[in-house]
Amino acid sequence: MNLLWVPLLPLLGTLVPLLTGRHNRTVCAWMTALLPAAALFIVLSHAPAVLSGETLKASLPWIPALKLELAFRLDGLGLLFSLLILGIGLLVILYARYYLSPKDSMNRFYSFLILFMTAMLGIVLSDNLIQLWVFWELTSISSFLLISFWNHKQEARRGARMALTVTGAGGMALLAGFLLIGQVVGSYQIDDVLSHVIQIRESGYYPAILILVLLGAFTKSAQFPFHFWLPHAMAAPTPVSAYLHSATMVKAGIFLMARFYPVLSGTDMWFLIVSLTGLSTLLLGAYFALFKHDLKGLLAYSTISHLGLITLLLGMDTKLAAVAAVFHIINHATFKASLFMAAGIIDHESGSRDMRQLNGLWKYMPYTATLAMVAASSMAGVPLLNGFLSKEMFFSETLHQSTLGSLSWIVPVLATCGGVFSVAYSLRFIHDVFFNGEPIDLPKTPHEPPRYMKLPVEILVALCLLVGILPGYVIGDLLHSASAAVLQGVVPEYSLAVWHGFNLPLAMSILAFLGGLAIYYNRKVLFQFQAQFPEADAKEVFERGMKRTMAICRQVHGWLENGSLQRYLLLMLTFSIALTAAPMMSLSQTSGTRAHLPADGVVITGAVLLVLGALATVIWHRKRMIALLTLSIVGLIVSVAFARFSAPDLALTQLSVEVVTIILLMLALFFLPQRTPKESSPHQVMRDLGISAMIGGIVGTLCYALMTRPLESISDYFLANSKTGGGGTNVVNVILVDFRGFDTLGEITVLGIAALGIFKLINRMRLFMPSGDERGRPWASDRYPVILAVVSQLLLPLALLVSVYIFLRGHNMPGGGFIAGLITSVAIIQQYVAHGVEFIKNRLHLNYQWLIGSGLLIATATGIGSWFFGKPFLTSWFDHFHLPLVGEFELASAMLFDLGVYLTVVGATLLILANLGKLTTAERPVHVEEP
Amino acid sequence: MEMIYALCVGILTTCGIFLTLRGRTFPVVVGLTMLSYAVNLFLFASGRLNVEAAAVLQKEGAAYTDPLPQALVLTAIVIGFAMTAFCVILAMRARADLGNDHVDGRLPLADDDQAQKEKP
Repeated sequence: MNLLWVPLLPLLGTLVPLLTGRHNRTVCAWMTALLPAAALFIVLSHAPAVLSGETLKASLPWIPALKLELAFRLDGLGLLFSLLILGIGLLVILYARYYLSPKDSMNRFYSFLILFMTAMLGIVLSDNLIQLWVFWELTSISSFLLISFWNHKQEARRGARMALTVTGAGGMALLAGFLLIGQVVGSYQIDDVLSHVIQIRESGYYPAILILVLLGAFTKSAQFPFHFWLPHAMAAPTPVSAYLHSATMVKAGIFLMARFYPVLSGTDMWFLIVSLTGLSTLLLGAYFALFKHDLKGLLAYSTISHLGLITLLLGMDTKLAAVAAVFHIINHATFKASLFMAAGIIDHESGSRDMRQLNGLWKYMPYTATLAMVAASSMAGVPLLNGFLSKEMFFSETLHQSTLGSLSWIVPVLATCGGVFSVAYSLRFIHDVFFNGEPIDLPKTPHEPPRYMKLPVEILVALCLLVGILPGYVIGDLLHSASAAVLQGVVPEYSLAVWHGFNLPLAMSILAFLGGLAIYYNRKVLFQFQAQFPEADAKEVFERGMKRTMAICRQVHGWLENGSLQRYLLLMLTFSIALTAAPMMSLSQTSGTRAHLPADGVVITGAVLLVLGALATVIWHRKRMIALLTLSIVGLIVSVAFARFSAPDLALTQLSVEVVTIILLMLALFFLPQRTPKESSPHQVMRDLGISAMIGGIVGTLCYALMTRPLESISDYFLANSKTGGGGTNVVNVILVDFRGFDTLGEITVLGIAALGIFKLINRMRLFMPSGDERGRPWASDRYPVILAVVSQLLLPLALLVSVYIFLRGHNMPGGGFIAGLITSVAIIQQYVAHGVEFIKNRLHLNYQWLIGSGLLIATATGIGSWFFGKPFLTSWFDHFHLPLVGEFELASAMLFDLGVYLTVVGATLLILANLGKLTTAERPVHVEEP
Repeated sequence: MEMIYALCVGILTTCGIFLTLRGRTFPVVVGLTMLSYAVNLFLFASGRLNVEAAAVLQKEGAAYTDPLPQALVLTAIVIGFAMTAFCVILAMRARADLGNDHVDGRLPLADDDQAQKEKP
């Protein structure tokens, strides 16, 4: 089976619990386990190949041009982690079936859990950095959902938020690190990254990459000083803690360090940062674990301490240390998961996790107690258990490293101290809970859990024993292949024997045991000593920080987004000045090399008129009618300018649009106040003038710089092919209906949508119709002057004839569908103006929505038509025909397309204007304008 | 000539932006219209200025204007009209529904009102 299915099956599996949630709980659990079990089976079927040293790959291309694909790889390290994730995941599914109470939503829980499983598998199997990061973030999010599963509890919500904040922030750093790696290597493929060791280490970005990637790893793996979130995440249901906080999520950070060990390690910076972080985390976790009264709190700190141990191993400068790190990953996952599960059983069956209440449980649950004691002994490093083996390897490596130069002797000493505390808290876990007198005030009478709740613990404890007694047989191959993947090279010789003879590491172990016993025996003194320190509650500090951040955000938000569009526009424009001015300054010369055209009298006159019109519009903008008239002067000059600068099509379009726009604005003005009140303070006016002058200056300069530089255009192609390929000599029109026909199709669609939107806005608009003008004078009673009516009626056929002419000649002479459509619209609007809406409604039976729709349909159908001839969408066709009398004429499919454009333009324009005009006729409440 | 043209574009932009920064809807619509003139002229100028160049293919080689910016500007003019129409109708609708024609949807508070409001 393909490797792709390994993460995909659990992803599908997230739906299973939601679908089977209505059935009974056991069925739901079994069904949920089905797909992960299938994924585990696939992984196992690939295991022999991976163990023999192969790296399997599978990918699904997505956008090959951007090298984007869904890519997975399975090597020794990936195999080890997939087995842990899927194996322990399945055990947790079984365990959770009995742990969750009937009140809890089991299908929601399972769904989140499987989602998390998918995300973890994605991390360990990804062959691409960005993809890995996406899954990385998905673990943060799904763990947030899991930790806050009991979301009615405040501590669960807070713990989840804290975990998300810390690991999410680390994820951001990680992304930055990955992007830098991608910059240096030029690829995001993990293989490429792993083979560019020298480039990465010697690039100037190396320190930044290292720190960013380690930030991601340390936050996820709860390394000092980011460890504080893990104890608060214990508010999660215990199956979640057993899964996330022992075997998987916190190991994701470790996985990351192991994955990039070949590339990032090997420098002093790596050794120093990683080993010191690991060492301090190891000591800190081990020390505080002893003082936690909460069973899960003890385990949480112990997890922090063991994660520190693994980090320390990865930070030491011997290759064997990396092997020991891999080994301890396996061992810690097994004994810690079983310990969490045992703690969950105790909590479940006795109602408390407080070790001051829990005493002497041996009598009530001897079987569970035995399991827990074996697992705890493994945590302490008792011989014949797996914890012992990796701890011995760890001690031995601390003696062989020289990470801290002449101070390297500190490491084994402190490691032994960590061992001492580890023995002490393990002892406390065993002695306090199962012996040490009688239980005190337990809510329930403790008893053994259901049969199958113990099964996962049994399996894990059996593994602890098996690995502890027969390490070579049980785990040898897997350890070797995972270590080979971490080291990316030759794995040094090591022996997995239980007994290595009397040597220094053994002496350190014995010392740790004796020390641990002594400390536990004198724990009362130590507890008193510890009680003197004020307890620093990470939660309080974090909450205070959060509150402060939120307050600052609220302030910034309130300042930025106060609901005033006027202000948003101002900020946006100011920002645009900052954005555009900077590149303009780097332009050394305003004027280019292109020869200037000489100015002539016509142009100067036009320019003066244009400027005067624009300034007049601004000056009189509060008298709206006058502003509108001066605006129309500007529009007319613009259309004349187009004509002057050899663009007849544009001139025609601008002219007809100008007419329609001004009529529209006048109609609108009828319903709006005739004057604008004076609101802006002089200060505001000056500010706005300054900003607009700056933008105008920038735009003008840009325009000048552009025009005075030589032209390199792609239009030569259009000019050369217009006649031969498009069958028309009016290149502008051929571009519109042929070369760039698809764009035009999009544009008329937008036009149609805008018109329909306006139609909806006008519909059911409750407008006050003013009874008179601004001075209170009533409107003229002679609404439709006879002369205007007669003349316009005479003009109509002429105007329609002109528009047909303009339409037909458009392909070869200035004109075309857009212009013809506008001319037709103007002609019909003139009839509306001259005769009124009622008059037209009785005579012209046109449904403008239909017009728009049929226009779009014709244009699209013309495009689709070319498919029937086996050509791409919108391929055009034309030919010349000869008819007697008429002479030679040309037929082109582009004309049909142009017809679609024509109809859409007519429909849209009239839909807007006719509907607005209609508002003036209906019976409406009459509103008298305030003076 | 180029200088005059650029100056006109600059002034049109200035006037357009100034009007769009006003508080009432109608001047904003007028400003947008003016701004779209400026934008169209600007885009058109990217084909450089040509006086008396051929717009339609001729029999023998003649100097042509760049047809591509023209085609783009032609559709821009029509779309610009649709946008102006949409804005002005939206303005009418806003006035009908909200009872005022300020772009913020509410009238700005007088200075003393604001001062009072800020005081607890």
